[in-house]
Amino acid sequence: MIGIEHYLTVGAILFVLGVLGIFLNRKNVIVILMAVELILLAVNINLVAFSAFMQDLAGQVFAMLVLTVAAAEAAIGLAILVIYFRTRGSIAVDDINRMKG
Amino acid sequence: MIQAIAFYFFAAIVVASAVMVIWSRNPVHSVLWLILAFFNAAGLMVLLGAEFIAMLLVIVYVGAVAVLFLFVVMMLDIDFAEMRAGFSRNAPLGLAIAAVLLAELLLAVGAYNAGGLQLGTPQDRLAQAADTSNIAALGALLYGKYIVLFEIAGIILLVAMIGAIVLTFQPPKPGARARQDVGKQISRRPEDATVMKSPEVGQGIEL
Repeated sequence: MIGIEHYLTVGAILFVLGVLGIFLNRKNVIVILMAVELILLAVNINLVAFSAFMQDLAGQVFAMLVLTVAAAEAAIGLAILVIYFRTRGSIAVDDINRMKG
Repeated sequence: MIQAIAFYFFAAIVVASAVMVIWSRNPVHSVLWLILAFFNAAGLMVLLGAEFIAMLLVIVYVGAVAVLFLFVVMMLDIDFAEMRAGFSRNAPLGLAIAAVLLAELLLAVGAYNAGGLQLGTPQDRLAQAADTSNIAALGALLYGKYIVLFEIAGIILLVAMIGAIVLTFQPPKPGARARQDVGKQISRRPEDATVMKSPEVGQGIEL
């Protein structure tokens, strides 16, 4: 039978794939943002799995908040990407060092 | 049985498409694989009995976020081959860290599964009655106990919307074509713009 550990394993694999995506595509900000979306999806799967197996709806409410934050993060991230591309003509992360932080 | 088959089907496709998201050479393909991953994650959530979250996932992620990604990827004119330069250089370290992280997470899952953890008592019991659907129970909770959370979510979206508009807004250039001059538009009168003529039959009209 499918228990909670199956869902948690899928969530863990998705999370690790997201982290790996950030490592592999160090130069491509768009793929990094997609990897962040994967990580948030893994978080959502975990929240909903615990919510379902512990009979507690608070997890699903929290998953909706995570969804909201993910949408806002994607919108702002892509807006920053667009204005950065407009001024520099490139989106390579290695070039983003103008602030010398 | 059918549940197990469905679970392994959705889980396998989620994981495979997540691999393709980070692995494919073309970011457009990455976005399309991401859409597939979201659809199958929604399937997993339907299996868990969270229909509303599943529908939200399809509408918000596939309908809005993925399309936004697709727009930006296609709008920006980028040489994607050059973007992959550090790929093989970063791969060993990344794979090592990913393996360690996965081992740790699975260890944690196994430890949880072994039992004996005190995770606290559930706060908001699912309605056990068969006549209350998931979305009804969630709505009662969302508009009751978690109303503040709901409004905070709305404010987050508002701030994100204003932020995205402010960031990407370009004021029109002075000599730009097709610029709207409101003063000129409202000072225009019908007498200046139209004339009444009644030409004879068979004759043209000269303006």
